[in-house]
Amino acid sequence: MSFEYTSSEMMSVTAARALTSEMTCFVGIGLPSEAANLARLTHAPDITLIYESGTLQTRPDVLPLSIGDGELCESALTTVSVPEMFRYWLQGGHVSVGFLGTAQIDRYANLNTTLIGDYRAPKVRLPGGGGAPEIATNAKEVFVTLKHSKRTFVKDVDFLTTVGFGRDGKARDNVPNIGRGPTIVITDLCILKPDPETKELVVQQLHPNVTREDVINATGWEIRFADELGTTPIPTAEELEILRSLKARTDAHHAGQH
Amino acid sequence: MAEFLSLREAVSKHINDGDTVAMEGFTHLIPFAAGHEVIRQKKRDLTLIRMTPDLVYDQMIGAGCAKKLIFSWGGNPGVGSLHRLRDALENEWPNSIEILEHSHAAMACAYDAGAAGLPLAVLRGYIGSDLPKVNDQIKFIDCPFTGERLAAVRSVRPDVAVIHAQRADRNGNVLIEGIIGIQKEVVLAAKRSIVTVEEIVDDLNAGVNACVLPSWAITAIAEAPKGASPSYALGYYERDNAFYKEWDGIARDRETFQAWIKANVFEKGAE
Repeated sequence: MSFEYTSSEMMSVTAARALTSEMTCFVGIGLPSEAANLARLTHAPDITLIYESGTLQTRPDVLPLSIGDGELCESALTTVSVPEMFRYWLQGGHVSVGFLGTAQIDRYANLNTTLIGDYRAPKVRLPGGGGAPEIATNAKEVFVTLKHSKRTFVKDVDFLTTVGFGRDGKARDNVPNIGRGPTIVITDLCILKPDPETKELVVQQLHPNVTREDVINATGWEIRFADELGTTPIPTAEELEILRSLKARTDAHHAGQH
Repeated sequence: MAEFLSLREAVSKHINDGDTVAMEGFTHLIPFAAGHEVIRQKKRDLTLIRMTPDLVYDQMIGAGCAKKLIFSWGGNPGVGSLHRLRDALENEWPNSIEILEHSHAAMACAYDAGAAGLPLAVLRGYIGSDLPKVNDQIKFIDCPFTGERLAAVRSVRPDVAVIHAQRADRNGNVLIEGIIGIQKEVVLAAKRSIVTVEEIVDDLNAGVNACVLPSWAITAIAEAPKGASPSYALGYYERDNAFYKEWDGIARDRETFQAWIKANVFEKGAE
């Protein structure tokens, strides 16, 4: 049996499947938040979700528009101050997975959310680092999700806001008290993982109906593919239904207030 | 003891041209009413500090109040860019603006250090990031005990802190509930502080571990109902997410922005 679904839904469902009930996940806003809550509402009901606004173990009924919507606080086990969040809970080593989005990613999984162009004369000014620079190093591992295009998948990021494995793939070598870094990157086309030796991102699985050429054409460097290239399972009817009703609830909630 | 003032008096008395001002509230309890009063009083050359500049600083920057911005995430959450901030950075409109940018963890630590009276904050941060290359307030030091290389940032010690809170009692003690963000730290880190509140009540009804700022730690209190809107005040009103989305269209264009400020800030007096 097959179901109609979009590439965005494929991405969210695949990203959600990377999470388990055992994880304590520090959630970025946007796509990571959508995937993390989908995981919580499907196969990972006991996952602990943490947002940087200080909300610990939160269970929002609708997706927050901002990182600090009231929904997050009211459905949380407890809410702590922002310094406590970053110092005790993140830096203190209580976060197993940091789940991040980004504007640009490069072949060593470095993230750029600062700007396109030159720092003093930016072509496009982006929001900046936020929580990501320390989430990426203090969480035990990092998941990244973003849409795949030549604009987002670049050989070298214009500005290295948040470290993956550095400009040479070696930034984490011999650094004490640092997490493993990005272990999976989920896009609307495929799943990538860093090469165990060089740390360069390698395509591990293609989503259904996506070809190697599609990925090559959407990547700004000579992308490598795993020897045994897999195919991502399609979304189930249940995953799609829960994702769609979550998004419908969210849209109605955010449009209804004024 | 905190002095009860009108919002107009509080801003006039405690915020001067050229001051370093931190108006905090992490998504929640953002002091919009106070920001609008700063715009109305045409304060100039302010160094503005805020982890998430949000719409309040987009408005103040677009209105020409700022010469410098210290921040860690400058977007419209879940919507996109702060167009007035971008116009200032990319096109120097209405004036050029200097920036100093951090990560959230570093700014949170810098406020915490400011409240603790320390000159610096130490964190395990900025590893592998380009941010230290463009911000000379980020340094690295070796731990004297373990030798671990750690990031150090200058603490935040503003001239004035401005926050919004749910309520004050008649003695000027203030209760903050919900996402408390960095509210306590910024008030304790600053030389002077202005707290706007939803209401003034006889009894705070605070639990024993509640986040309460004593009157003697605050400079001025002004009553400002709905003073955090379009952000929110837990227990009073919700975040106006629809307005956050609308702001994208208003702020994208200089003329629609100026018309909005004229109609919604200058032609509306302080409550």
